[in-house]
Amino acid sequence: MASTPTTNTQGIVFKNLSRYEKRSRVKDIVASIVVHTSGIAAIVVLFFIFVFLAKDALPTFTKVGILKFLIGTSWQPEFEKFGILPLLVGSLFVTFGALVVAVPIGIACAVYIAEVSPPSFRSLLKVIVELLAGIPSVVFGFIGLMILAPLVQKVFELPTGLTALTGAVTLAFMSMPTIISVSEDAITAVPKSYSDGSLALGATKWETIRHVVIPSAKSGIVAACLLGMGRAIGETMAVLMVTGNASILPKGLVGLPNFFLGPVRTMTATIASDMGETVQGSTHYNALFAIGLTLFAISFAVNMAADLILRRGGLGKE
Amino acid sequence: MISRNQTEKLAFATVALASLVVVLPALVIIGFLAAKGAFAISWSFLTQMPKNGMREGGIMPAIVGTLYLVAGTLVFAVPLGVFAAIYLAEYAPQSTLRRIVRLSIVNLAGVPSVVYGLFGYGLFVVTLHFGKSILAGSLTLAFLILPVVIAASEEAVRSVPKSFREGSLALGATRWQTIWRVVLPNAAGGIITGVVIGVGRAAGETAPIMFTAAAFFLPKLPSSPLSDCMALPYHLYVVASEMFDAPLSMQWGTALTLLMLVTAMNLVAALIRARFRRAKCW
Repeated sequence: MASTPTTNTQGIVFKNLSRYEKRSRVKDIVASIVVHTSGIAAIVVLFFIFVFLAKDALPTFTKVGILKFLIGTSWQPEFEKFGILPLLVGSLFVTFGALVVAVPIGIACAVYIAEVSPPSFRSLLKVIVELLAGIPSVVFGFIGLMILAPLVQKVFELPTGLTALTGAVTLAFMSMPTIISVSEDAITAVPKSYSDGSLALGATKWETIRHVVIPSAKSGIVAACLLGMGRAIGETMAVLMVTGNASILPKGLVGLPNFFLGPVRTMTATIASDMGETVQGSTHYNALFAIGLTLFAISFAVNMAADLILRRGGLGKE
Repeated sequence: MISRNQTEKLAFATVALASLVVVLPALVIIGFLAAKGAFAISWSFLTQMPKNGMREGGIMPAIVGTLYLVAGTLVFAVPLGVFAAIYLAEYAPQSTLRRIVRLSIVNLAGVPSVVYGLFGYGLFVVTLHFGKSILAGSLTLAFLILPVVIAASEEAVRSVPKSFREGSLALGATRWQTIWRVVLPNAAGGIITGVVIGVGRAAGETAPIMFTAAAFFLPKLPSSPLSDCMALPYHLYVVASEMFDAPLSMQWGTALTLLMLVTAMNLVAALIRARFRRAKCW
C-alpha cells in the first residue's frame, strides 16, 4: 500500500490530515475491530461450552450406549451402571413440584404489584422480590436444610426431612422472583387504552384484569413460567443440599406419594456431588459430562421457546 | 349469588395474600439468618484462620478467597461485557448476525451454573493447564455473569439520547471518540449498576467454582492467581452438608456473612442507580 499512495484513496485522505486526526482515525478503526470481536464473543462462548461438554461426553455413548444412558433405570457408578432415567425423573419431579407452587403464587403476586397494590407499596414489594432473587442458592439450601427439612419431617412423620417435597418448596421460592418480574413486565406493557376501554364499558377493575389485561399479557406470562422452569431445572446447590440424593425411581403410580416424600437425586446434584470423586477420562467422568450436555440441551430448548413466545407477543427486545 | 363487587374484593384479597406468601418467607429467611448468625459473627470470626478442621476459629481465608474471585471476575467480565454491549447498541446492523448474538446471550443466561462449572473445568483447568485456581474460577464466573453485564450495559448505552451523539459527530469527532467521551460517561451509572449486580451474583455462586477454584480446607491465604482458595459459598456448603460435626455457630455465621456480602453489593447497585438517575440532565 505504501508504494502506491496516489491510487489509495485512504492514503490520500490520510495525507491531508494532521497527526492528531490521523491518530484518532486509527483509534477509531482499532476500536471498531475490538468492539466487533467482543460482539461475537457470546456466540464463541456458547459454542465453546457445547464443544467442551461434547468432547468429554461423547465417549459415554460408545462406552455405555446412548439408549442405556438415556433410559437406563439405574445410576450406580460403583457397578458401572450409568442410566440417567432416575436422575431425569428426579429433576422433573422437583421442578414440576416447584412450578405447581410458584406459578399461581408468582402470577398472582405480579398482578398485585402491577395492578392492585397502592403505588407506595409497589416499590417496596419490588425491592423485596429483588432481595429474594439476590439470595445465593447455597443460602437457600442452608435454610431449607435448617428450617424446612425438620418441618417436613415432623409434619409427615418421616425418617428424614430431605425429600423431593423439600426440594420442590425450596425451588419454588427460588424461581418465584423470575416468574414475578417477567410477568409483571408483561402486564405493565399492556397499553392503558385496553383497560380504559373495558372500564368505560362498565366492567369492574377485576373483570378488566381477568378478561382484558391478563389475556393480552398471556405470551409474556407463559414465557415467565418457562424461564422460571429453566431456573428450577438448572438449580444445583439448594437441591443438592435438601433432596437427600438417592437415585430412586417411583414404584408405579401408587408409589408416587411415597416417592415425593422420599429422597431423590437430580441431574445437577449428581454432577456437583460426583465430580470430585471421579478419575478424569473414566466412564463415570464421561457420563457426568453427558449429563451436563443433556442439561445444556434442555436449557437451550426452554430458552429458545421462551424467546420465541416473547418475540411473538411483541415483548422481545428486538 | 356473589355480586360483582364482592367477586372483585375476593380476587384482590387473593392476590394480596399471594404477595404475602412471597414476602413473608423472604423476611423469615433474613430474620432467621440475622438472629442466629449475629451471635456467631465477631471480629475474630471474620479475621482468623479456621482451626481444628474448621470446628473452631474464623473464616478469613474464605472471605479473602471470595474477594479475589470477585476481583478476577470483574477484570474479565467488564471489558468484554461493555464492548459487547457497545457492539449491540452502536455498531451492529439489523442483521442475522445480530440476531444470533442476541440468541446466544439469551441461551448463555439460561445455562445451568453447574454446567458452567463443567465447562470451566474442561477448558481452563484441564485444557489450558491453569489447574484448580483463582484464575480458572474467575474466568468461569466471568462467563457466567457476562449476559447480566451485557444486558445492563446495552440498556444504559441505548438510554443515552441520540442528540448527544449527533452533537459530538457534528463537531467532527470520530465514532469512537463519540462513544468514549460522550456515550459511555453518560451511560456509566447503568453500566456500573449492572456490573455490581453481576458481581453480587458471582460472589454467591457455588457450583461453578466447586471444580475450578474452591478448596475444601486451606488455612492460608492464596499466594498467586494460580493457587486455589477457600470461598464463602463453598465453605457454607462444606460446613452445612459435607461435615457432620461443624458447630452451628460456624454454619450460621458463614451463611450470614455471605448474605451480608451479597446484599451489600445489591444495595450499592441500588444506591448508584438512584444517584445517577437524580444527576441525569435529560
